[in-house]
Amino acid sequence: MNRKLGKLVVETVAVLLSVVIFWVPLYFVAVNALKDPKEASELSMAWPSVVHLWDNVREVVTARDYMLLLAFYNSTLLTVLSIAVLIVVCAMAAFVMQRKKDRLTPWLTFFVLAGLIIPPAIVPTIWVLDGIGLFKTMTGLVMVEVALGFPFGVLLYRNFMATIPREIDEAAIMDGCGGFRLFFRMILPLLQPVTATVIVTSSVTIFNDFTNPLYFFPGSKNATVQLTLYNFMSQFVSQYNLLFMNILLITIPPLLLFLFFNKKIVAGMMAGSVKG
Amino acid sequence: MSKVIRRTYSNYFLLPAAVIYVAIFILPTVMSFFFSMTRWTLADWEFIGFQNFATFFQEPSLSIGFRNTFVYALVACTLKVVLGLLLGVFLTAKIKTKAYLRSVVFFPTLVSTIAVGIAFSMMMHPTEGMLNTSLAAIGITGPDWLGDTRIALLSVALVDVWKGVGFATVIYIAGIMSIPSDYYEALQIDGGNAFDKFWRIIVPLSRPATNTVIILAFIGGLRSFDLIWTMTKGGPGFATDLIASIIYKQYQAGFYGLATAGNVILFLFVTVLAYPLSAYLNRKEVDL
Repeated sequence: MNRKLGKLVVETVAVLLSVVIFWVPLYFVAVNALKDPKEASELSMAWPSVVHLWDNVREVVTARDYMLLLAFYNSTLLTVLSIAVLIVVCAMAAFVMQRKKDRLTPWLTFFVLAGLIIPPAIVPTIWVLDGIGLFKTMTGLVMVEVALGFPFGVLLYRNFMATIPREIDEAAIMDGCGGFRLFFRMILPLLQPVTATVIVTSSVTIFNDFTNPLYFFPGSKNATVQLTLYNFMSQFVSQYNLLFMNILLITIPPLLLFLFFNKKIVAGMMAGSVKG
Repeated sequence: MSKVIRRTYSNYFLLPAAVIYVAIFILPTVMSFFFSMTRWTLADWEFIGFQNFATFFQEPSLSIGFRNTFVYALVACTLKVVLGLLLGVFLTAKIKTKAYLRSVVFFPTLVSTIAVGIAFSMMMHPTEGMLNTSLAAIGITGPDWLGDTRIALLSVALVDVWKGVGFATVIYIAGIMSIPSDYYEALQIDGGNAFDKFWRIIVPLSRPATNTVIILAFIGGLRSFDLIWTMTKGGPGFATDLIASIIYKQYQAGFYGLATAGNVILFLFVTVLAYPLSAYLNRKEVDL
């Protein structure tokens, strides 16, 4: 009986702590996003005297010539394109890297794993992008996101490839399948579970990315959602309510993703991160 | 047969990855060693040897980045390991609110770092911020979290932990759940208590998870940029400048050669610290 009571106390404390540590900051942002500039500047936790939900949404969205809408468009496009390329590129590379063992394989592995540790050399990357005419372009930024996401993606795919029996390959070869048909018809569909993991984890990373758009996608026409927040920070310095509303709006996509894929995210993280 | 294999697992499959990875990652990395030794305007360069590096080590505003980066990575990493392990143990125990607590702890991982940074800098406002007004309510005068040079770096590191501990926890949950139950049974027969269970089974056998968390958190800490940039921009003074934020400042000022030298230094810094660390951790890893 005593132990049960102790357990109940511990659990109650844990839930209360979770409210203080995780919900209070979220509430703070949400409640201030609903205030007028004067009330929001007090940075308090109090409920607004008048709720300004739609006024604030309208103001944030229309600010600077609908910059936020443009940013949402850019960020969505960036995320979708990067993930599409990332999946094809990683799956194809992992297919060969896991199946074929020759002298080249250890070297390839070394170079790919190095990408997990080495910080990218930024200005030389700009130099290369500039040289091939892709600096400040969506294509260039997509390539950067793919190059930087590649090591982790290939790691996930390669580990999963190891669980697909080779007999499938052999049977397909016997039936006269070439490499490309084998890969696109048989292997790629079997890789679906990892593909789901890659989609969920990379979309969050790329949508929330700040550093790469900052360096490789400058210019107000090229805003991504993270940069709007940053640009707005100086403009809205006396209008915290709009800044908080902006935070709230750009948190909605990851929040939705989280609600839909909650179980999958955690499972995928587990599969990918321990014993990589 | 080997011909069939060569044809089936054709190197053409590697081509798209190779083109992008080599052009956007490998080539710039290699070139950075050269450009770090130049005075550079992107269009034109002039070879100046190790002068950029000398500048980096001599200027106090630049070299402060080493200490800060190391402290930041160490603090964030240590806290993530300790809290992640404790939360992992708690969230694999038989509790009713497990699903809720797991989601709540993991959620900040998905929120944008910039949004988190802005929200917390508001809450850490010295007089009006929520943190200090709450402390004042119970009679404590809170510090100037981001304005005091002695604690600003730690304040940002704490926010980093708030955001990243969920990831460490998930890795620990996976690690702890993969411990076979035989060990717990054996401990029960030998008459061990909860303390033994933690120190003699969970800590040593979740070693692979610990290694993953240490490596990821430490390397992430050494490379971090966006949180510090949003919360303090390296200030007050240069008290929270990390190597990554110094690189950005030099880039912004148009010193491309110097920025690239900073990149090479960060590269060497990360390699010199992370490589022996991972070799050491992997050697001590126990097999289940």
